[in-house]
Amino acid sequence: MSTSELQAANRRTLRRLAFLVVGMFGFVFALVPLYDVFCDITGLNGKTSGKPAVAAEVQPVLSRTVMVEFVASVNESMPWDFKPSVTRMEVHPGQMYRTSFYARNRTEETMVGQAIPSVTPGQAARHFKKTECFCFTEQQFGAREGRDMPLLFMVDPDLPEDIEVLTLAYTFFDKQKNLN
Amino acid sequence: MSTATTHDAHHEEHPGGLLRWVFTTNHKDIGTLYLLFSLLMFMVGGAMAMIIRAELFQPGLQFVEPQFFNSMTTMHALIMIFGAVMPGFVGLANWLVPMMIGAPDMALPRMNNWSFWILPFAFAMLLSTLFMEGGAPASGWTMYPPLVLQTGDAFPFLIFSVHLMGISSIMGAINIVVTIVNMRAPGMNLMKMPLFVWTWLITAYLLIAVMPVLAGSVTMLLTDRFFETSFFNAAGGGDPVMFQHIFWFFGHPEVYIMILPAFGIVSQIIPTFARKPLFGYSSMVYATASIAFLSFIVWAHHMFTVGMPLTGELFFMYATMLIAVPTGVKVFNWVSTMWKGSMTFETPMLFAIGFVVLFTIGGFSGLMLAITPVDFQYHDTYFVVAHFHYVLVTGAVFSIMAAAYYWMPKWTGNMYDERLGKLHFWLSTIFVNVLFFPQHFLGLAGMPRRIPDYAVQFTEFNQISSIGGFAFGLTQLLFVYIVYKTIKGGEKATDQVWEGAHGLEWTLSSPPPYHSFTTAPEVK
Repeated sequence: MSTSELQAANRRTLRRLAFLVVGMFGFVFALVPLYDVFCDITGLNGKTSGKPAVAAEVQPVLSRTVMVEFVASVNESMPWDFKPSVTRMEVHPGQMYRTSFYARNRTEETMVGQAIPSVTPGQAARHFKKTECFCFTEQQFGAREGRDMPLLFMVDPDLPEDIEVLTLAYTFFDKQKNLN
Repeated sequence: MSTATTHDAHHEEHPGGLLRWVFTTNHKDIGTLYLLFSLLMFMVGGAMAMIIRAELFQPGLQFVEPQFFNSMTTMHALIMIFGAVMPGFVGLANWLVPMMIGAPDMALPRMNNWSFWILPFAFAMLLSTLFMEGGAPASGWTMYPPLVLQTGDAFPFLIFSVHLMGISSIMGAINIVVTIVNMRAPGMNLMKMPLFVWTWLITAYLLIAVMPVLAGSVTMLLTDRFFETSFFNAAGGGDPVMFQHIFWFFGHPEVYIMILPAFGIVSQIIPTFARKPLFGYSSMVYATASIAFLSFIVWAHHMFTVGMPLTGELFFMYATMLIAVPTGVKVFNWVSTMWKGSMTFETPMLFAIGFVVLFTIGGFSGLMLAITPVDFQYHDTYFVVAHFHYVLVTGAVFSIMAAAYYWMPKWTGNMYDERLGKLHFWLSTIFVNVLFFPQHFLGLAGMPRRIPDYAVQFTEFNQISSIGGFAFGLTQLLFVYIVYKTIKGGEKATDQVWEGAHGLEWTLSSPPPYHSFTTAPEVK
């Protein structure tokens, strides 16, 4: 191979490899929406729907009982109290239930929080339907204000048979701190 | 070959003194720089390990603050992975690939210079974080959010130094691929390449494929912290678990980036001292390629405990165990090469045999960790620490030591002190086991990693481990002395150096001319 041929060959290989590098860098960012789609389809990461479910007429399955546990926490050192009014409920799939969470702003300033739900095990997330939830919108709390916030939910009868207990966890995020 | 011919025109006209090293585009000079840098970082990272072992000598807090302790584990890992092991292998590739394939130099010499000289800046930046407000990064080298986002002023320095290390590795890898693909001597087809060249070719492809993934994921951390994106922030609809998926999609191939060149080195050394050709050459090539392929589909075995459906855990468990097949092929091939060979046990061979035995122990503990149900028990314990130190210290580091002893006479023209070399091997091998073997027991008993304090029942094994650690650390000073002594002088080496050595690099003089093969050799 002559000198110029080798140089051309080197350039060609370099270009191809550089293309691969750029492609892989782009691929990482493509993974972000792909991950969301994948989790949406499979319900793997325990994210529930951010929109109210339409209250469909479903026949309650009275023969089956599922334990629903409620967990509430605040992110980092957010100065709020946050707890469920009941920590667990026995529910029948297909039946609508009502419960509430209590939150209180301990500071002297008005604060805005956003509650983010997560369901464990992840596969149950798709089958946990909320028709009314304080997590659908931001919650503004005045100085030292505390209030009960309602949650209306139903466990879908399609919930896989092997799931007997599911946990609904809410984390309150300080809106100013986490998202401007 | 213009780059090479330009060099011929300026033959030996390189500037003297320090500037020679700054401006050099010669593959041997750059290889030397890489290797010395790697040795320096090995000592810096090793000093941090000494602090860790000193703190863990007794339960309770003795010497350092917990935050600083966590900085030490984080920095130790980053420095050893990106500063010691990877540059060590790239240095070997720079020195050896052109000589092994019959080329005058690397294909892209200027880029070669750049890819090395980025590194000192990257590590100066990383080490400077030790003196910053909020301390050095302490979230573990895996940089999981949201914890890593709580790093103080050091955070952007951490991200940018990882970027620089990535750029350096990518440029080094591209150079190696271009050299191997285009600059082999006439007659050297792919299946005649020495195994070290083969393993590096595959490693370089892995680097090109996954270093941009690491760069992308740390860029997302950066924008999450400073530009209000929510890639990993649940408040904005992100998911912190996604970071773990992306990170380990990089991280698992990265693990093989640190071991495949070691396989290549051992495959060069064992045939030399067994005086037999390598058993199953082509199966070695295919095994290396299979390991590289499998490395892309096993990442979630690092995160079995995040909550995955059963099918996912089973898939990653079986895929991971499948890696034992090609790896087993390699180990059996090395043993078969030694079978009925006329073996002698010079220092490189000792390190190579030590590698085969001890790396296999690390492989077995890896298989144990691959079993999903028991991984729930082992996860984040000292069992994991013992596992990856067996594959990285007695695996990657031992192979680099073996390579240094094996090729140092070629590089310097001087034989190293065989008596001291053997002493270095035996002290290292004994103490590395004293250091890491008890950590298996600690892990099985439930001692968590990355914690400066522990329950009193773990004291004895920790003390044994620490004593092994101090002794292993001190032994490496002997290695530094041996290298220094060999560079300074010693018995002159012949061109072939070792009686059983075969390959193009042994046809050159010791030390080799500044430009390896100005006329390409003929390979039959």
